[in-house]
Amino acid sequence: MSRKIGASGSLGRDRLAVRLLTLHVPMLLIILFALAPYLWMFLTSITPTVEINRMRILGGSPTIDHYVKLFTRVNFLSNMANSLVVAAGTVAAGLVLSVSAAYAFSRFRFRGRSYLMRQFLVVNMFPVVLLLIPLFIIMRQAGLIDTYWAIIISHSTFAIPFSTWMMTGYMDAIPRELDEAAMIDGCTRPGTLLRVVLPLCAPGVVATGIYLFITSWNEYLYAATLAGGQLKTITVAIQSLIGEYEIEWGLLTAGGFIGSLPATILFLIVQRRLVSGLTQGAVKG
Amino acid sequence: MTRTESLPPAGTGRRRRKRFDALPFVLVSPAVLATLAVVFYPMFTAVSMSVYDYVVWKPSSSRFIWFDNYLAALKSDLFWTAFRQTLLWIGCTVPLQLLLGLATALLLNRRFAWRWLARMLVIIPWALPSVVIGLMWRWIYDANFGVMNDFLLRLRLIEEGVPWLATTGTALYSIILVLIWQGFPFFAVMLLAGLQSIPRELYEAVEVDGAGIWGKFIHVTLPGLKSVLVTSVLLRLIWVANSVDVIYVMTEGGPGSATHTLPLYAYALSRKAMRFGIASAIAVLFTLMLLALVIVYLRRVDDSGGTRE
Repeated sequence: MSRKIGASGSLGRDRLAVRLLTLHVPMLLIILFALAPYLWMFLTSITPTVEINRMRILGGSPTIDHYVKLFTRVNFLSNMANSLVVAAGTVAAGLVLSVSAAYAFSRFRFRGRSYLMRQFLVVNMFPVVLLLIPLFIIMRQAGLIDTYWAIIISHSTFAIPFSTWMMTGYMDAIPRELDEAAMIDGCTRPGTLLRVVLPLCAPGVVATGIYLFITSWNEYLYAATLAGGQLKTITVAIQSLIGEYEIEWGLLTAGGFIGSLPATILFLIVQRRLVSGLTQGAVKG
Repeated sequence: MTRTESLPPAGTGRRRRKRFDALPFVLVSPAVLATLAVVFYPMFTAVSMSVYDYVVWKPSSSRFIWFDNYLAALKSDLFWTAFRQTLLWIGCTVPLQLLLGLATALLLNRRFAWRWLARMLVIIPWALPSVVIGLMWRWIYDANFGVMNDFLLRLRLIEEGVPWLATTGTALYSIILVLIWQGFPFFAVMLLAGLQSIPRELYEAVEVDGAGIWGKFIHVTLPGLKSVLVTSVLLRLIWVANSVDVIYVMTEGGPGSATHTLPLYAYALSRKAMRFGIASAIAVLFTLMLLALVIVYLRRVDDSGGTRE
């Protein structure tokens, strides 16, 4: 794709200067703004505590002390394992419960279809606090506080509607003629969904799953309110580092860096497909 | 660009038989039932809690008190402080996110060698957990060791270190900057997708008419972006209005009530003070306010043919 905006003048040194000033420099500044806090956190995490306290980030030789401490003293690994279980459970619940609904929305025109689709959209917009307070009471009565179930169920509040919506979009992109061909060949409806449609929109399903994983991994309010005693997810553990070690910035930044690494890497991997799914979703609703 | 185009006319091939088909209802039932259980049931619980004087340790002794919780909320100064701050918070954050996001999208829509890299790196703030974002900005804003003070002192813009998050006048704006940082990548990628869907011929057409950069922006880019623009602004308004976690991690609403927003106020009332009745009432009131935005949003979806058959 060629440039859409910008002078279409002749090639030359002027144009290079213009491009530098109107494109490369502002772009660099924006990237710098986006990355600087993250880089600063990383640099702090490899600076010895003595140097941090003298306000000399990157002073002295880089150290992995904070990371060692994180895994030996603060039991960070088990927090990561907790987050992994919660996120995997959320992905499973979100995808499994929504796949057949997405198929129905994409392939059938039935009474109440648009009403239901709209409900799934609205549900995504409910304030967390509105659900959090009653969920706390409900989980407490059910004796589920501080269990994986409590967090996974609370994360399903966004996982199910979100993945229903995203997967409907991805399935819409698969031509219906394929379904019909499969059914002529003797496939049942569920067979068509499992053998034809799902494999074809696998990349979309994977992107949706990864987005759910990231959201669940990153989530804090539900995880802190419905659990957080014995069962701490990574975000809750990081937040509790702030309370316990008020000035140990080296340890805190190391925790922040490790805690955000899985989600960041996943995000970078799936961003293209995810963004296309999200924008498709945003344009249509 | 809109979904209508990608949707073939409603299942002409399949509607040969006009009889009632139960299959779609069976197919949607898992998602619908699960949503009823995890979203609607708690929501109704919240509404019912808001009209009770709820005692968490002894639910059976809760009294039905009509709208006393609502009245108590509306009478408290803190509610209105939080309300004003919610408006200020949204009113500053979303437009600035949008402007920065639009600038980023316009730049990313041009052709240059490291575009793929820029596009990848710019979305990093979006991928980070709110807790980590709150934490790293707390470190940046730290009164004694923070890089923000260090930087401004070196530039001689301030004379002595400012405790950004502990000062009533600066705390809210400091957090607004964090939210702008967190949210502008969302606008950047959404608007970039919008820009890329504008046909090149449109630009060529106005170029023939002698339009300059501005002319093209006003007559082609903005109209082409309108739909994505409005949708993403609405989505973001709702999202920012809802985000409690960053503020909670950074200041817990303080100093005093300087960074209280309505959802944070409700959260703090329930989590710290265990006053679930009034907290639910505030949550319900806040939801009603958001509902207005949601309705505007749904109108848009309808206009673009989104959920229409």
